[in-house]
Amino acid sequence: MTRLLQPPAPPTGTPAAITATALRKSFGGKAVLDGIDLHIPKGSIFSLLGPNGAGKTTAVQILSTLIAPDGGDVRVAGHDLARDPAAVRSVIGVTGQFSAVDNLLTGEENLLLVADLYGYRSREARHLAAGLVERFDLVEAAKRPASTYSGGMRRRLDIAMTLVGDPSIIFLDEPTTGLDPRSRHGMWEIVRELVGDGVTVFLTTQYLEEADQLADRIAVLSGGKLVAEGTPEELKRLVPGGHVVLRFADVAGLDRAAHTLGVGTRDDDALTLQVPSDGSVQSVKALLDWVEATETEVEGLTIDTPDLDDVFFAVTGRPDNEKVTTR
Amino acid sequence: MSVSAPATSAAAPATVRPSRPAQPSALRNSLTMLRRNLRHARRYPAMTISLVIMPITMLLLFNYVFGGTMSAGMGATGAEYIDYLVPGILLMAVGAGVLPTTVGVCVDLTEGIVARFRTMPISASSILTGRAVGAVIQTLLSVVLVIGVAFLVGFRSGAEPIEWVAAAGLIALMCSALTWLAVALGQLVKAPEAASSAAIPFSFLLPFLSSAFVPLDSMPDWLRHFAEWQPYTAFIETLRGLLLGDEIGKFGPLAVGWGVAITIGAFLWARSQFNRATTR
Repeated sequence: MTRLLQPPAPPTGTPAAITATALRKSFGGKAVLDGIDLHIPKGSIFSLLGPNGAGKTTAVQILSTLIAPDGGDVRVAGHDLARDPAAVRSVIGVTGQFSAVDNLLTGEENLLLVADLYGYRSREARHLAAGLVERFDLVEAAKRPASTYSGGMRRRLDIAMTLVGDPSIIFLDEPTTGLDPRSRHGMWEIVRELVGDGVTVFLTTQYLEEADQLADRIAVLSGGKLVAEGTPEELKRLVPGGHVVLRFADVAGLDRAAHTLGVGTRDDDALTLQVPSDGSVQSVKALLDWVEATETEVEGLTIDTPDLDDVFFAVTGRPDNEKVTTR
Repeated sequence: MSVSAPATSAAAPATVRPSRPAQPSALRNSLTMLRRNLRHARRYPAMTISLVIMPITMLLLFNYVFGGTMSAGMGATGAEYIDYLVPGILLMAVGAGVLPTTVGVCVDLTEGIVARFRTMPISASSILTGRAVGAVIQTLLSVVLVIGVAFLVGFRSGAEPIEWVAAAGLIALMCSALTWLAVALGQLVKAPEAASSAAIPFSFLLPFLSSAFVPLDSMPDWLRHFAEWQPYTAFIETLRGLLLGDEIGKFGPLAVGWGVAITIGAFLWARSQFNRATTR
């Protein structure tokens, strides 16, 4: 059974952008969020990772004031979500899974609409819209209705609209779902830039690679609970299975190495020896030093580190590993 | 806790970002929403044109195709059938506005733009108010258009200016009642396709089951009872009284009562649905 990290004690030094304690939400008797605790430091990218239907969108909807939780205490930028949703709304921006743009308006009009709702004067609004259109590479499309946009362009317009309000916390609910690889990488760049501006990003994704690429901290949501939480590196360490595979020319070589090394799993058919390793340069170098010192003849070597996929399966439960305890 | 982001963006260091102003009033938010809806209407006139197609078709059909027979059948009233017909057609024009509003509200909700508005620090009621006021303006314009066509095909009214004003007020009341009903219906239905069937009773069925085309006396008893008390008849009879000088009687208070009751009821229904709704 997989050992999981204890949730970290809330860091006292860093001001939190979002905190949640014992957050709960059920739909029709089914607990979608079953006691979630969150502590997201200002200026970081936090990724909520989980399969479809895990409750990621529900979490975003609650934190962004769209729906009320059944229980729990939530603070967003210091404002109590239940008591002062208006204050929360004034500091957040949300870009949902399904683009929230007005298809009948042009890209520019969409930006001006949002600017108008925030109360910018017409000149400021135009200035702001022009800057965002340029920043998000929508100059040529700005005068066209959003209904003619590609998926990637719509997402970019969506985020640009979110930025009109100058939010300090941005929720991105599966921002790259349905995008082609190029648009996805473009979106990653945008997210990194946001954090460069000092914004806190709450990102949900079902793509492990995405969380790995972007997030400072990742929480894995499964069955209504956070089943694991930590930095990408910490999460990867949860899963045993990092190893170096040494391949030998013949069984004699394999025998000799297995005997002198004393550890590892041998595969006589493939003539390989699997040596546990965390994949770090030091451990690989130590192994190579040993190979050289003992004059072992190795034909080939591959390094196999666990990726987040392994973590994901380990903590969300494969069929043979369904009951994963958290704490 | 300070939550303001740096004034300049790292990605666009050359531009100084205007700082965010104080949150505007609900009225200004509503006007923004209204402008959005009017812009939709202006850019996609097909919806507005479809608003007037049905009432005008009905007007022409009943006047030129059925008009002769109808006139003969109603010989006792002594009025030209076109004059009898027009008040009902005007109400039909008002009822036709239910469909685009229902669809528009439903599309807004399914497409997620309203979810964006809800996460913004703006007055939530402005979203519905902007939509409703826009729809009322659009529908009233279509009514004006239908009146124009009615005059072209021979409608004549002996109404005084004050009666025209009262007629306009009555149409506006009916329009606001049906618009708020449409805003509520648009939230109730789950898909734009369903929205069109939800609108049919108001744009098509109820006008036919009223005194719009034939007098109440000509109906079988059971239908006459329904038709006599349903709102369309009250509005049509009152409008007829104002425009043609017929007797209004109980229909005047009935029309105003229906109009105010439906407006308030539908407004509260629409608002409570909106406040309760989760995003779909």
